[in-house]
Amino acid sequence: MSDFFKKLRRRPSLVIGGLLTSLVIGMAVFAPWLAPYDPVDFADLMVSEEPPSAQFWFGTDNYGRDIFSRVIYGSRISLAVGLLSQVINTFIGVILGLTAGYFGKWWDDLVMGVTNIMLTIPALIFALAIMALLGPGLLNVFIALGLTNWSYTCRITRSQVLSSRSLDYVTAARALGYGRARIMLTQILPNITGPILVIATLGVAYAILLEASLSFLGLGAQPPTPSWGAMLATAREQLFTAPWISIFPGLAIFITVMGLNLFGDGLRDILDPHLTRQGK
Amino acid sequence: MLAYALRRLLQFIPTIFVITLIMFLLLNVLPGDATLMAGGLRKEVDAKVMETMRRQFGLDKPLYQRYLLYVKDLVTGDLGVSFLRREKVNRLVGQRVWPTLKLAIMAMAIAVGVGIPLGFFSALRQGSLLDTASMVGAVSGVSIPQFWLGLLLMYFFSVVLRILPTTGYGGGDLKHLLLPAVTLGVGYMALLARTTRAAVVEVLTADYIRTAHAKGLSELRINRKHVLRNTMVLVLTTAGLQFGALMGQTVIVEKLFSWPGIGSLLVDSIFQRDIPVTQGCILVIIVVFLVVNLAVDLLYAAIDPRIEYK
Repeated sequence: MSDFFKKLRRRPSLVIGGLLTSLVIGMAVFAPWLAPYDPVDFADLMVSEEPPSAQFWFGTDNYGRDIFSRVIYGSRISLAVGLLSQVINTFIGVILGLTAGYFGKWWDDLVMGVTNIMLTIPALIFALAIMALLGPGLLNVFIALGLTNWSYTCRITRSQVLSSRSLDYVTAARALGYGRARIMLTQILPNITGPILVIATLGVAYAILLEASLSFLGLGAQPPTPSWGAMLATAREQLFTAPWISIFPGLAIFITVMGLNLFGDGLRDILDPHLTRQGK
Repeated sequence: MLAYALRRLLQFIPTIFVITLIMFLLLNVLPGDATLMAGGLRKEVDAKVMETMRRQFGLDKPLYQRYLLYVKDLVTGDLGVSFLRREKVNRLVGQRVWPTLKLAIMAMAIAVGVGIPLGFFSALRQGSLLDTASMVGAVSGVSIPQFWLGLLLMYFFSVVLRILPTTGYGGGDLKHLLLPAVTLGVGYMALLARTTRAAVVEVLTADYIRTAHAKGLSELRINRKHVLRNTMVLVLTTAGLQFGALMGQTVIVEKLFSWPGIGSLLVDSIFQRDIPVTQGCILVIIVVFLVVNLAVDLLYAAIDPRIEYK
C-alpha cells in the first residue's frame, strides 16, 4: 500500500488531474445538495447582477439567478456531453480501426481515406456543419460531437492491430480455430485498451471544450439551461456592469478540462512504456 | 521539389471533391423550401413567389443535379449566390478572408515566437524553475477555453486599464488586433512549447549529440546547429497539423471580438440557414488549411537535407 502511494507521488499530473476530475464528478453527482438555489427556477429580478456575497457566493446574473448554483449544475451537462459523445466516438473509432486493420484491402483503403479527410477538417468546423444541418440544441450537440472526434482512435486502433496481427498470441488464437470476430474482440482489443483509454480521456476534455464553444456561440444548450458555455454567451455585454458573470463559468470549464488533460497525460505515462523511458 | 509541389497540389483535387460532397450532402438534405423559409422569407409569402425563388436558386431540381451544378460552378471558382443577401458568395467571403488571415498569422507569430523558445530552453534546463513554470503554463494554455481567456483579457485591458478597445476591427490596426490574436494564439503557443520540449528532450539523448560533445564542440554550437535543427522537423509537423485547429478556433475568437472574418460570417450564415455562404466559408477554411500543410511539407526539405522529394 505504501508502495502504491510512493508511486503516486512520482506522478503529480495523475494525482492532481484525478483530484480535479473527482471534484467535478462530485459536483455533478451531489448537485442538488450542494447548490443553495434552483439553477433555473430561482430568478429574482430584485437581486439581478448582484456581486458575489455571503448570500450569493458567485454573484447573480442579469435575471437574478444564482451563478454558484448554475455553475454546480453546469457540471452535469459538461460531463454528460463529454462522456457520452466520447463513448460514441470511441465506439466508431474502435470498430472502424479494428476492422480496417484486420481485414485490410479495399475496406482499409476506404476507412483510412475517410479518416484522413476527417483529419483535414477542423473538429469545430465539422461540428458546426452538423449543427447547421440539425439546428441549435443540446441533443444535437451530443450527435455532432459524437461524430467528429473518432479519427485519432481509429488511426491508433488500426496501427495497433496491424502491429499485433502477426504476433504469436494472435497466430495461436487462429491456430486454435478462433473466428475473426472472436480474435478481434477477445484477443486484440484487450491488448490495446491502454492507448484507447488515454485518447478517450483527452477526448472527453476536448468534447467539453467544444460543447462550451458551441453553446457560447448560441448553437448548443439553449437558455435557461445552465451550461457553462451558454452562461458566457452574453457575458461580454455585462463585462462593464457585472464582470463576475464572466469569471466563474469559465473557471469551471478551465478546471474540468485541465483536470482531464492532466489525468490523461498521467495515464499515458503509465500505459505507454516507451514514453516513460524517455521521461526523467 | 517543384514536381513534388505540383503533384501535391493535384492531390488537393480529389480531397476537396470528397469534402464538398460530404458537406453538400450534410447541408442540403433538408428540402429547399425549408431552407428558403428560414433564410428570411416569411410563411405568408404566396406560392407563386416561392416557386420563382426555388427555380431561381435551382432548388426545384433533384439533389444530385444540384450537386453537379454546384461542382460545375465551383470549378470555375464560383461559390454560388447567397440565399439571404442575393450577393455572390465569392464577394461576401472575399471581404472576410484578409481579416481572418491577418488574425491567424498574428496569432501564429505570437505562438511561434514565444512557444518554441520557451519549450527549447525548458528542455535544456529540465527540472528548473523555468521548466516547471512553462510546463504548468503549457497545460493551462491547452485547457483554457478561448472565449473565457478573451473575456478576461478584454476585462483587464479594456475595462480596468482602458488601454485597448474591447471589440471591433477598427481598420485592422494593431490595437484592435492584439487581444484577439493573443486569445487565439495562447492555446497554439502552449502546444508548441510542449511539443518543442518533448522533441528537444528526445534529440538530446541521440548519439550524434554525444558525438558532438565528444568532438569538443561548444554548448552553444551544439544547441544551435544540432539540437535546434533536428527538433524543428518534429515541431513543424505539429505546427502544420494544428494550424487547422487554429483556423477552426478563429470562429470563436472572431465572434467574441466582433472581428469581421470568415469565422463570424460562418456562424451568422448557420443561424440564417444561408447554405451557399456556409458552404463557401467551410471550403475556404479547409483550402487554407491544406495550403498551409503543403507549405510545411515543403519547408521540411529546407530544414532537413535528409528529406528529398521526388
